[in-house]
Amino acid sequence: MTQLSMAQALNAALRDAVKDDDRVVILGEDVGALGGVFRITDGIAADFGDDRCFDTPLAESGIVGFAVGMAMGGFRPVVELQFDAFAYPAFEQITSHVAKMRNRTRGAVALPMVIRIPYAGGIGGVEHHCDSSEAFYTHTPGLRVVTPGSAQDAYDLLRDAIDSADPVVFMEPKNRYWTKESVSFSRDSAPMDQAVVRRPGRDVTLIAYGPMVATALETAEAATAEGWDVEVVDLRSLSPFDDVTVSASVRRTGRAVVVHEAAGFGGYGAEIVARVTEQCFHYLHAPVLRVTGLDIPYPPPKLERHQLPHVDRILDTIARLQWQDQPVVASA
Amino acid sequence: MVVAMPRKNPAELLPSATPVRFVAEDASAVDEHDGYAEPPGDRLRKAYRLMVIGRRFDTQATALTKQGRLAVYPSSSGQEACQIGCAMALGPADWLFPTYRDSVALVARGVAAPEVLTLLRGDAHCGYDPAAVRVAPQCTPLATQTLHATGLAYALRRRGEDAVVMALAGDGATSEGDFHEALNFAAVCDAPVVFFVQNNGYAISVPLEKQTAAPALAYKGIGYGVRSEQVDGNDAVAVLSVLDAAVAYARAGHGPVLVEAHTYRIDAHTNADDASRYRDPAEVQRWRAADPVRRLEKHLLERELLSAEEVERFRADAEQYAADVRAALNTEPSLDPLSLFDNVYARPTRLLTAQRAQVAAELKEES
Repeated sequence: MTQLSMAQALNAALRDAVKDDDRVVILGEDVGALGGVFRITDGIAADFGDDRCFDTPLAESGIVGFAVGMAMGGFRPVVELQFDAFAYPAFEQITSHVAKMRNRTRGAVALPMVIRIPYAGGIGGVEHHCDSSEAFYTHTPGLRVVTPGSAQDAYDLLRDAIDSADPVVFMEPKNRYWTKESVSFSRDSAPMDQAVVRRPGRDVTLIAYGPMVATALETAEAATAEGWDVEVVDLRSLSPFDDVTVSASVRRTGRAVVVHEAAGFGGYGAEIVARVTEQCFHYLHAPVLRVTGLDIPYPPPKLERHQLPHVDRILDTIARLQWQDQPVVASA
Repeated sequence: MVVAMPRKNPAELLPSATPVRFVAEDASAVDEHDGYAEPPGDRLRKAYRLMVIGRRFDTQATALTKQGRLAVYPSSSGQEACQIGCAMALGPADWLFPTYRDSVALVARGVAAPEVLTLLRGDAHCGYDPAAVRVAPQCTPLATQTLHATGLAYALRRRGEDAVVMALAGDGATSEGDFHEALNFAAVCDAPVVFFVQNNGYAISVPLEKQTAAPALAYKGIGYGVRSEQVDGNDAVAVLSVLDAAVAYARAGHGPVLVEAHTYRIDAHTNADDASRYRDPAEVQRWRAADPVRRLEKHLLERELLSAEEVERFRADAEQYAADVRAALNTEPSLDPLSLFDNVYARPTRLLTAQRAQVAAELKEES
């Protein structure tokens, strides 16, 4: 076990993948000498050579489209799209080609590639640097979408994503980049498709992912003072969605709150609520509620604290789960 | 990515002042091909034969849309010199990245006609195995495939394969960002890719003068450091000569090439389009007079590189080819709806497994 920040864990995952598999190449804007604007690719070009980690022209569609061709040519490209909202020029390549090549060619051409997108807010970034764009990608069949909530998961999920036979949109929560944790490189974590119960509890399930996992855990601690025993499920994989782990948790607790930073309307949380309602209806003591970002364009840095779900807002929502004044008890 | 090469001399990148041409519209030989060699006679005869078959394939496919056998067909009638030229310029290890309008190029590349038409018939998005025939799926979004071609060209070169990639695009696609990003990427990483633009005058209804203010589309290569050329796209001799040279240039490791062919789409954008709303019939008539198939035929006959008997034989071959296409397309395809779930992911997800079961149950109920 080594103490690493999430950024360092991602760097370690990339290094190990490049070392273990000749086909793995890292490309994008600034990934070479600079090591990425967040230093995720720090030192990789220097240690493994320019042909394994290289800078491209500044053109997001170009980076992804070029990587499609490289994947067709037998490589496993890992591309970095510098910020969430700067990934939009590549949206057509991602949705029309990366997601569909296997299907278009009836299995003859697969595109094992990873598209890394630093996303979400909480870092005081200016306009276009803090979007939560996960719903665009999860709504696209053919893509896998994963997001780590911890340094350990960052390592494990990125290794799995690079090994995946399918293209993976890998969403990195920027505000967690600098959080240090013990990280093991043994790769004995849950498989990439699987959600994980981060904290067991009896009364309510908080469903979170990426940047909100830490907030959910913090909320769970605070909730004990209110008499709530909160379970936290970290989804890890947004697509596919792990109905089994989530449903099992909600059936145990009978109450659920979904937390994410992205705008709520038409957002990923709506999908979770629908699935939980369909599968756990008779176990529920209250409607499944959401705590999401506001339905506004991402605000300027000095106002972003109003956008981001925070502990008090989540606690207030948990309090609303005492539907019809039902007592808070453990359910069967 | 490979370190950028020394800056190229702009003069070496510039296209010829006028399109390269060997054969005038009246089939007489002209000397407007400075530095380009005329392809040998047997190669021209082969091109002619493929063009006759390609023209017949095109009229057959158009007829099949009228009979409801194809959902849609974008004709390339009038562009046969380009369609055949790009396929003939490539070797077996090379790759072709075609658009929806390039079915005749696929036929010339050797892809079986029913497999070419699978997309347009509506049976599947791609009827052939791209890796097996080294032809990417026909691309419907504009210019996106030029980036794939560039990435693949770079990948193949890095793997030490002696392969060139040809990316096809129309005049409209040259306005798309991906076209420009592809030229830039290809030049920066020295990728052996040939961008072949078939400028047929219209992007659906929008004429070239509303598409670009460039002197010619070929000039779009200069700003990126890509060697460029323009060619009379209805002169098969010139198209073959220029594309042969472009492929040789890329294969030799000099980097990408952009070739613009000046040609014309005789038919509408697709069978669903009414070209009379945006084109003057007199213009179409003028271009009919520049027909590439007739031009090459006359040129070869006059030079005795082709005999009247061969012309008859090739036409008979084309009729037989069309009859085979008709027969193949007149059989009802056997499509398995459950195959819809097979290739979304390497292994179906739980969600897809459940939906597959649902569709299977619906099918059982129907039967």
